[in-house]
Amino acid sequence: MLFFMETVISGLLAGIMYSLVALGFVLIFKASGVFNFSQGVMALFAALTLVGLLSGTVPFTHVDNPSFAIPAWAAIPLTIIVMIIVAILIERFILRHLVNQEHIILFMAMVGLSYVFEGAGDIIWGSDVKVIDLGLPHGAWDWLLDTHGLYIEKIELVAAAAAVVLVVVLAAFFQKTRIGRALRAVADDHQAALSVGISLRYIWIIVWSVAGIVALVTGVVWGAKSGIQFSLSLIALKALPVLILGGFESIPGAIVGGLIIGVGEKLAEVFGGEVIVAIFGRWFEIDPGIFTATENWFAYVLALIFLLFRPQGLFGEKIIERV
Amino acid sequence: MKLRNWLVAAAAAVVAMPLAAVSASAYELTIPSMDYRTGPYAPNGIPFANGWTDYWTMLNERDGGINGVKIKVVPCETAYNTKQGVECYEKTKKEGSGALVYQPLSTGITYQLIPKASVDNIPIHSMGYGRTSAANGKIFKWVFNFPATYWSQASALVKYIGDKEGGMGKLKGKKITLVYHNSAYGKEPIRTLEELSKKHGFKFTALAVDHPGQEQKATWLKIRRDKPDWILMWGWGVMNQVAIKEAASIRFPMDHFIGVWWSGSENDVKPAGAAAKGYLSGAFHQPGKNFQVHRDILKHLYDAGKAPHPDFKDRVGEVLYNRGLVAALWGSEAVRAAMKIHNTKEITGAMMRDGYEALDVDAARLKELGAEGLTIPVKITCANHEGPRKVAVQQWDGKAWKIVSDFYDPDMDVIQPLIDEDSAKFAKENNITPRDCK
Repeated sequence: MLFFMETVISGLLAGIMYSLVALGFVLIFKASGVFNFSQGVMALFAALTLVGLLSGTVPFTHVDNPSFAIPAWAAIPLTIIVMIIVAILIERFILRHLVNQEHIILFMAMVGLSYVFEGAGDIIWGSDVKVIDLGLPHGAWDWLLDTHGLYIEKIELVAAAAAVVLVVVLAAFFQKTRIGRALRAVADDHQAALSVGISLRYIWIIVWSVAGIVALVTGVVWGAKSGIQFSLSLIALKALPVLILGGFESIPGAIVGGLIIGVGEKLAEVFGGEVIVAIFGRWFEIDPGIFTATENWFAYVLALIFLLFRPQGLFGEKIIERV
Repeated sequence: MKLRNWLVAAAAAVVAMPLAAVSASAYELTIPSMDYRTGPYAPNGIPFANGWTDYWTMLNERDGGINGVKIKVVPCETAYNTKQGVECYEKTKKEGSGALVYQPLSTGITYQLIPKASVDNIPIHSMGYGRTSAANGKIFKWVFNFPATYWSQASALVKYIGDKEGGMGKLKGKKITLVYHNSAYGKEPIRTLEELSKKHGFKFTALAVDHPGQEQKATWLKIRRDKPDWILMWGWGVMNQVAIKEAASIRFPMDHFIGVWWSGSENDVKPAGAAAKGYLSGAFHQPGKNFQVHRDILKHLYDAGKAPHPDFKDRVGEVLYNRGLVAALWGSEAVRAAMKIHNTKEITGAMMRDGYEALDVDAARLKELGAEGLTIPVKITCANHEGPRKVAVQQWDGKAWKIVSDFYDPDMDVIQPLIDEDSAKFAKENNITPRDCK
């Protein structure tokens, strides 16, 4: 029973890590109707920038110069400034020219943007594995493991705390502030928002900046687990099933979707083989060992089921269009 | 008119002669470099590609090439993607004077190139990776996988475990778990380990991790529940770093966790920091840069401003750098052997294959090459393309990798029948008549 609990808790915490990635997608989709395919690479780029500043990497040379190293209290705001500049550039060179274009055109632009981010990250900061040192805790929570035999990773608790803070702040921002309401208006209809005097450009810069900050948090938390490296960009793939489950426009949906995916995939990987054998073992000879590496695709199976029965996700808005 | 014709012919000859001379001297030893400097596996691909490229370039700068013939290294980015790797092969095989050898650095790409190699007459050296049964030179004429295959390595690592447990007889009842990259590469050792588990009575479990391996928590929860005595890992890229961190998190003893030699580089252990101390991996060469060949590379390339990738000076001597360097060193010896066998300096891929098959780099020759003790002596024959089949174990001491065991010979009683069976199957499927290697 303790191990089952441990699996569920680990799943919930892993789910929060997925939710962090999904949050960035939701923010941009909610405010601009754009599916930001480059969110994963943005997380990588933000984390690369932060670790580059922390370690004093000279941009474009990939050489660390400790005398250029910047302490965390300055490096984090500087990285945020970089992400805001990136948001301004994206608005100036991409979004401004694609107002009211078809979704597929915006999506393809985001695919292209992801390559730009990846290439820029590589050229500016290099392709090495980088270790981020922000003093984040690592390893198991010793007290819990020693006294109760329960294994929980400390970094995942940090991720959970970060996710809670982000959700509260973002929910307040969207619901309570004037800019938040403007963001929602833009998401509903670009033309209508323009007609009532909302500056589309200003809104887009704000939302992409916020998504950049979320990307930074995501990159740091995931990077703390594996080192900052280019495979970080692939975490975006973990967000897709979360979004399908939770709905593309819902911040609580991103969290709940992440939790369901996290728990589901951990239970499937750890107990799936045994359950299948218990059910079908009396008729067929089944090796439970073949049910391995389900962790990655199980989320997509869940997403497919949701697409069949509730395509808008748990919290998404049901879209009814006149044909 | 006749005189005019003669004059024209003479003038044409005068013009053509230097052109012919230029054409003759334009021959270069063309060495493709199938790099992956981008994508999720770049951190591992870069040091290997640097070692491979630096050695060939150093021969140009220090010796003017090999036997006076310049070397042309042709890089091509595969991103560790099989499709891109095949594209690279097709793009570069006729480059310059024709590609002489391919080092794909990917089991997936190697599998795709094996049938092409015999058609294009270009040898493949899948050094310590790729299709294991290619060790059978009677059937895989164009493929070399020395100095040891994954099956040999799996067997050698089990022998190491046996040593640490107090003898192979003590393995009975022990639990050994393989955590593997869910790809052709990661699956290679499973058959051998299954056979070895039958022979020695240990319980073997295989747990797959899907590409890229960024999230593998459930796998490590299973390990925490099953409590294996030893873990073997066939990982690559981010999978290694995450696995080592996860192992440390669940407090698995690092000195009972052994990676394949592709899971034992500086990149793999650094993110885990001090927690990775004690982690083990397979090895067939030394880490570090305390060898004459490294001094030559630093002097003739990095200090002379001629390094193809000067930013990486500090990383000369890393594990994967040395692996690329050793691959190039053996390749250069195959070039020399080919030139000697065919008595020409303008060798083709087919001649290069003969050079690989006649390769004999013993300890004395390694010393002459400035690589004394860097790696193991290699001797290839017509029938045995795997060569020495020797595997050591190296350990991360928190700062550097150090070889901590003798070199083990694999259990050929188990492996040879597997090689024979798999290679015979390949021969049957592809209508290959085994060569007579007597």
